[in-house]
Amino acid sequence: MIGFLSRRVFESALILIGITFITFLLLFVLPADPVRQIAGRSATPEVIANIRHQLGLDLPFYQQYWRYFVNLLQGDFGRSYLQKSEVAELIKARLPASLLLMAAGIFAELLIGLAMGIISSLRRGGKTDNILMVVSFVGVSAPQFAVGILMLYFFAVKLAWFPIGGYGTWQHLVLPALTMGFMGAGWYSRMMRSSMLNVLEQDFIRTAKAKGLGKLKVIMRHAVPNAILPIIAMIGIDIGLFVSGMIVVESVFGWPGIGQLAWQAIQRVDIPIIMGVTLVAAFFIVIGNFIADVISIFVDPRIKLK
Amino acid sequence: MKNWLKLTVASAAILAVSTTAFAAENHGGSIIVTYKDDVSTLDPAIGYDWQNWSMIKSLFSSLLDYEPGTTNLVNDLAESYEISPDGLVYTFKIMKGVKFHNGREMVASDIKYSLDRVSNPKTLSPGAGFFASIKGFDEVSGGTAENLSGVEVVDDYTVKITLARPDATFLHVMALNFASIVPKEAVEEFGEDFGTHPVGTGAYKMTEWTRGQHLTFEANKDYYDSNLPYLDKITFEVGQEPIVALLRLERGEVDIAGDGIPPAKFLSIKNDPDYADQIVEGDQLHTGYITLNVKMKPFDNILVRKAVAMAVNKDRIIRMINGRAVAANQPLPPLMPGWDENYQGQDFDVDAAKKLMAEAGMADGFTTELYVANTDPQPRIAQAIQQDLSAIGITVEIRSLAQANVIAAGGEIDQAPMVWSGGMAWIADFPDPSNFYGPILGCSGAVKGGWNWSWYCNEDLDKRAILADAMASPEQAEARIAEWKAIFTEIQDDVPWVPVFNERRFTIRSSRLEGPAGIFVDPVHIPVHYDYVRIKDGQ
Repeated sequence: MIGFLSRRVFESALILIGITFITFLLLFVLPADPVRQIAGRSATPEVIANIRHQLGLDLPFYQQYWRYFVNLLQGDFGRSYLQKSEVAELIKARLPASLLLMAAGIFAELLIGLAMGIISSLRRGGKTDNILMVVSFVGVSAPQFAVGILMLYFFAVKLAWFPIGGYGTWQHLVLPALTMGFMGAGWYSRMMRSSMLNVLEQDFIRTAKAKGLGKLKVIMRHAVPNAILPIIAMIGIDIGLFVSGMIVVESVFGWPGIGQLAWQAIQRVDIPIIMGVTLVAAFFIVIGNFIADVISIFVDPRIKLK
Repeated sequence: MKNWLKLTVASAAILAVSTTAFAAENHGGSIIVTYKDDVSTLDPAIGYDWQNWSMIKSLFSSLLDYEPGTTNLVNDLAESYEISPDGLVYTFKIMKGVKFHNGREMVASDIKYSLDRVSNPKTLSPGAGFFASIKGFDEVSGGTAENLSGVEVVDDYTVKITLARPDATFLHVMALNFASIVPKEAVEEFGEDFGTHPVGTGAYKMTEWTRGQHLTFEANKDYYDSNLPYLDKITFEVGQEPIVALLRLERGEVDIAGDGIPPAKFLSIKNDPDYADQIVEGDQLHTGYITLNVKMKPFDNILVRKAVAMAVNKDRIIRMINGRAVAANQPLPPLMPGWDENYQGQDFDVDAAKKLMAEAGMADGFTTELYVANTDPQPRIAQAIQQDLSAIGITVEIRSLAQANVIAAGGEIDQAPMVWSGGMAWIADFPDPSNFYGPILGCSGAVKGGWNWSWYCNEDLDKRAILADAMASPEQAEARIAEWKAIFTEIQDDVPWVPVFNERRFTIRSSRLEGPAGIFVDPVHIPVHYDYVRIKDGQ
C-alpha cells in the first residue's frame, strides 16, 4: 500500500513538471507577441525592445524556462505582464470562489445525477426512464454556455428567483452550480442507472426482498450503497472536466474565480497568469486522480496487486 | 506673455461657463458600472486600454485636459502656460493648493518626478515614446541618466520644460494619462503594486478593490474644483458578460454597461423605443481602412489603387455592421482637426473603376490577397470587399488569421497586398492629425514590423509633416492644421488606403443618469467622463 502510494506521488510530481514544460513551450511558440500586447500601438521600436529585455523575453527558450522553473520551486509564480500584480496573489484572491463553485457543482451533479439514475433504473423501459435518459443526453451534449444563459434568462430574468450573475450569497451560487452540475449529472445518471440495474439483479437483493423488507428499504439500504461505489471513484477524474467547465460558467455568471482569470489572461496573452492557472488546475486534477485511485483500492482490493 | 494672457483668459472663461452651467445640478448618489474584464492596472504610466483609460483620468490629473465631451484642450493642473517664440520652452504655472489623495499638496517637483518616471525604461511604460521630444529623453531612455535634463523645477508652482525639437503636439502629450502627476512617496511605498493602490489628485479616489469582483471610487472631497465630481460613489462591478450586464440594466440594477451593447442584441435594442433615451451615440477618433501595398504589384500603379477605392461599396459594409459607422473618404475621422469636409475622394462608381482598370492595362483583372483578423465581423466585411472587387475583375483570396499574424504580415514589405484594418484599426491617442500620420502613413512606419501596412512613403510629405509639427506657437495653430489638411489630401489622392468607415460609439446607460452633452461618448475620456456623470433630480 505504502509502496503504491509513494509511487503515485512520484508519478504525480513528474506529471506536474511535464505540464510546466509543455505549457511553457506552447506559449513560447504562440505567434502572438506578449511584448506588443503590453506596449500598445504607439510604442516605438526602442520601447518594445526595452520591455522585451526587462521581462527577459529576449532570452532563448531554455533559459526562460529554467528561470521560470527555479522561481516556481521557490513558490514564485512571477508577475502578471499586464496587471503587474503577483500571480500568486491574483490566484489566491480567486481560488476560494472557484473551490466553492466546484464543491457546489459536485454536490449538484451527484444529487441530480444519482436521483435520475436511481429513478430510471427502477422504471426501466418505461416512459419516465425514456424522458430521464433524454434529459441526461441533453445534459451531456448541451454546451455549458447555452445552458448557463438559458438558466439566467428563465430563473433570474423572467422568474427573478435568483440574482442575475454575481457573487456573495447562496442565491448567487445556485444557478452556476446547477449549470456546472448539469453536464456531469448526465453522465452520472447513465452510470448510476446501469450500475443499479446490475446490482438489482444480484442474489442479495432477491434475498432482501424474500425476507420481506419494504421496497424503499431494499433500494436505499442494499441496492444504492452497492451501486454507488464505482461512481464515487469517478468524482476525482471529474475534476478535470470541472476545471474546463469553470472557464465557461464563471464567465457567464460573473463568478470571480480562476476560470475567469484564465480566460481574461488568454485573451491578453498574459503568460505568467496562464501558466499559474494551468498549474493550479493541473495540481487539482492530479490530486483528484490520486484520490480516485485511493478510493478505488477500497472499492476493489485487487488493484493493489497490479 | 501675450499668449500667456490670452490662454489664461480663455481658460478662465471656459471655467466660468462650466461652473455657471452646472452649478444648479444635482449632487450626490452612487451608480454601478459593469465590465467584463477585471481592471488591469490603474497606474497612469502603465494603463493603456480603453477600460482603464477614463478611470485613470478620474483618479489622476495632468497639466492639461479636454473640455468634457469635446477634443478642445484646456488647462487642468496648469493655471497658465507660456511658450517661447522658438517653440522649445514651455513654462507652466501650476495651481496652488491641489492635494493628492494622501493629503499632501502637489508641487512642481511632483511633475518632474512623474515625467522622469514615465520616461524611465524601468517603469516599462508603453507611453514612454510620447515624451521623446523632451530634452534629455534619449539619455534617460538609454539608461545613462535618471532625470530628464529638460524638465526644471523653477519654484514650487512653476515648472519649465525644454524640448530638444519643436513639437506642436506637446500640449496634447501633457494631457495624456501617461503625463499624470503621481506622488513619489506613494509610488515608492507600493512599488510595482502602485497600480492597485493608486494615489492621484483626481476628482475621485479609489477606496476599495476586490480582485475580480468590484472597485469603488469615492468623491475626492479635496478636489480643486469644488463643483466636481457630482456623484458620491461609483462601483465598478467586473467579470460580467455584456449580455448579462444588459439584462441587469433592463432591471435597473446597473447604470452603465461599460462594454456597450453586444452586437447580437444591437439591432433589437436600437429599434426598441423603450431604450431610446438610454442610448447615447457619438463619434470617435477612428478610421477603418484597407491598405494597398504600394510596393507590391499591381498596387504600385495608382490607377489600380484608384479603381479598387472606387469599387468598394462602403454603404453596404456599414449596413452589414448594423449602421454602427459612417462612410469615410479620407484617413482622418470627422472629429479630428484637419478633416476636410469638402474632400471628394474616390466615390463608389463601378463603371469608372472598370475604365481605370482598362487604362492600367488590367482589363482582365488579376488575383490578389486580402489579410483580415479572424474575429467577427471582420471576415464578413472581407467577403463584402471580395464581392465588390470581383465586379471589376479582381479575384481576392481572403487570408483570415489571428490578429497578431495579420499585424506581422502587414509589417513585411512583400507579404500582404491588402489588409483590412478592422479589429486593429487606428484610434488616435490624442486629437491631433499628427497622430494619424507617422506610424501608419509616414516613412517611419514603413519599416519591418511597423504599422504602415501600405508601405507608402512620400519623402516630400514627410518633410512637410516635420515642418508642420514644428509650428508650435498658438498663432500658427490654424496654419498648422491647414497644412495637415493639405498633407492628408495629397496622401489620399495617392490612394495608399481605401478609407471605409468611421466607427460610431454607442453607450447604454440607465435613464436616471444625465450630464452635459457628449460625456457618455466622450472622445477622450473613453468611454464615459465619470467626473461629470450625475443622477437626475429626484431619482
